[in-house]
Amino acid sequence: MLVYVIRRLMQSVAVLAVMSALVFVGVFAIGNPVDILINPNADQEDIARAIKGLGLDRPLWEQYLVFLKQAALGDLGKSFAFNVPAIHLVLERMPATLELATAAMLIAIVLGIPLGLWAGLKPHSIAGRTIMTGSILGFSLPTFWVGLLLIMIFAVYLGWLPPSGRGPTTELLGVPVSFLSWDGIAHLILPATNLALFKLSLIIRLTRAGTREALLQDYVKFARAKGLSNARVVGVHVLKNILIPIVTVIGLEFGSVIAFAIVTETIFAWPGMGKLIIDSINVLDRPVIVAYLLIIVTLFVLLNLAVDIVYSVLDPRVRLADATG
Amino acid sequence: MARFSAASPAGRVAADFAQSRLAVFGLALLAALLLAALFAPVLSPQNPYDLAQLDILDSRLPPGAHATDGKLTYWLGTDDQGRDMLSAILYGLRISLSVGVSATLCALALGLTLGLVAAFCGGWIESLIMRIADIQLSFPAILIALILLAVLGQGIEKIIIALVAVQWAYYARTVRSTALVERSKEYIEAATCLALPAARIVFRHLAPNCLPPLIVVATVQVAAAITLEATLSFLGLGLPITEPSLGLLISNGFTYLLSGKYWISFFPGVALLLMIVSINLVGDQLRDVLNPRLQR
Repeated sequence: MLVYVIRRLMQSVAVLAVMSALVFVGVFAIGNPVDILINPNADQEDIARAIKGLGLDRPLWEQYLVFLKQAALGDLGKSFAFNVPAIHLVLERMPATLELATAAMLIAIVLGIPLGLWAGLKPHSIAGRTIMTGSILGFSLPTFWVGLLLIMIFAVYLGWLPPSGRGPTTELLGVPVSFLSWDGIAHLILPATNLALFKLSLIIRLTRAGTREALLQDYVKFARAKGLSNARVVGVHVLKNILIPIVTVIGLEFGSVIAFAIVTETIFAWPGMGKLIIDSINVLDRPVIVAYLLIIVTLFVLLNLAVDIVYSVLDPRVRLADATG
Repeated sequence: MARFSAASPAGRVAADFAQSRLAVFGLALLAALLLAALFAPVLSPQNPYDLAQLDILDSRLPPGAHATDGKLTYWLGTDDQGRDMLSAILYGLRISLSVGVSATLCALALGLTLGLVAAFCGGWIESLIMRIADIQLSFPAILIALILLAVLGQGIEKIIIALVAVQWAYYARTVRSTALVERSKEYIEAATCLALPAARIVFRHLAPNCLPPLIVVATVQVAAAITLEATLSFLGLGLPITEPSLGLLISNGFTYLLSGKYWISFFPGVALLLMIVSINLVGDQLRDVLNPRLQR
C-alpha cells in the first residue's frame, strides 16, 4: 500500500515538473510582451527601463531558474497588466470558480438522480424516453452555444435573469460568495445551469443504467416479496446500491467542471479563474498564464492522486495491477 | 434485409445499419451537410470573403431581408460586415469539417501506430506509451488544448496539433486492447512462423483486424473534435479571423446577441448542432452494428 502511494506521489511530482517546464518555455514562445504592454509612443530609454523592470532582458534559462526558485516560495511573478502578484490574482478569482462549479454540480445531482431513477424505473414510458432523448441532446449541444441560447431566452427576451457578471457578493468567513443574496443567486442561475447540463446528462445516464441493472437483482425481488412499499424499495434498496459508482464519477467530474468553467465564465463574464486565463492569453500576460496553468495542473494532480488512493483502498486489485505492471 | 442476407460483410453491416430509421436519417443529414460543405462555392449566394461583394449598408439585417441593391435576399440575415449568413455558414461548415476530419485522421494514424507498437512490443515501451496516455486522459480535453494553444499560439495547424494531442490517447488505448486479443490468434502465429518481418506483421496482418472498433471511436471523435475546435475558436484561441469556422461565427454574433440580433450567432450554432447530432447518430448505430457481442 505504502509503496503504491509513494510511486503514485513520485509520478505526480514528475507530471508537475514536466508541465511547469513545458508551460514556462512554451509561454515564452508566444510573442513579445514588450510590444503589447509598453506604450508605442515611449522613447527608447523608457522601453529599456520597462524591459529591465520586467526582467525580460535576461536569458531564458536564467529567467526559468529565477522563476523556479520563486515558484517554490509561492511567488510566480507580478502580472504585467495589473502589476500585482500573479498568484494572488489567480487565487483571488478561485472562490468564484469554485462556487460556480459547486452550484453546477449540485444542479446536476439534484436533478440528475431523480430523473435517472425515473427513466430507469419506467424505461419504455413517454417520460422515460423523453428524459433519455434530452440527455442525448445534453451531450450533443455545444456548451457555449447553449450558454448563448440561455442568455438570449432568459435575459434578452424574457428579461427574468441578468445576462452576465456576478452581482453583489456577501462575505462568508472572509470569502466573497453569491448565494447568500437574492441578486447573487439570480446571477448564479444561468451560468450554473449552463455548466451543469453536460454533467446532468451524464448522471441521468449512469443512474438509469444502474437502476435497470439493480431492479433485476435478487435483493430487490426479495424486498418486494417481503411486501415493502415501492418507495422504500426504490428509495433505500436500489438507491443505496447505485450511489457507489455515481459518487465516484461525481468526484472525478468535479475537476472537469472546473476546467469547463473556462467557457461558461467567458460567456457570462463570471469573474473566475477561467475568464482570467482567457483575458490573460489575449494580452499575453505571461506570469498570470503560468500561475493559472500551474495552479490548475496542481489541482488536477492532487485530485487524481486522491481518487487513485481512495480507489486502491476500496479495491486491492488496482494497486496489485500497478505493482506488477 | 433479405436482399443483403447472403451478401458480403459490408452488405450485412449496411443491412444492420438500416434497421434504425434514426441512424439512416442521421446519415442522410450528414451526407447533405458534407455535400453542402463540399459545394459551398457553388451553393452560396455570395463569396463571404470577397470584400467587393459585401455592402456595409446591409450590415445586421434580419433574416429574409433584401439587399439594398435588390439583387439578393438574405435568408438567414447578415452579420456586422453585411455578409450573408447563409454563405458564411456554408464556408464555415467547410472549415469546421476539414479541421475536425484532418485532426481525427492524424490522431487516428498516431494512435493506431502507438497502440500497435505498445501491444506488439510489450515491456517498457508498452508501459511508457500507456502511462503517458493514462496521465493525459486524466486531464479534461479542453484543458490540454488550452495549455497547448497558450503555448503554441494561434493558427490552423496549431489547432490541429492540439486536437491530435487531445485525441491520440483514445485510439492508442482502443487499438492496444484489441491488438492484445488479436495477437494471440492463429493467423498472427502463422505469420510469425513464416518469419515475416515484424513491421509487416503489425501493419498488414494486425492493423486491419483492429480497425472496426477504431472506426466507431473515430466517428464519435470527429464530433468531439468539431465541438472542441468550435469552443476554442469561440474563446478566441482557435482559428484566426481569416478562416472563420462555425465557432468563430458564433463568437462574432455574441456581441450583438444582447441587443436582440440573435441570427448572427443562432444560425451558425444550428448548423454546428445539426452536424454534431448527425455524426453522433451515425456513430451510435455503427457501434451497435460493429459490436461482435451484439451480433445476431
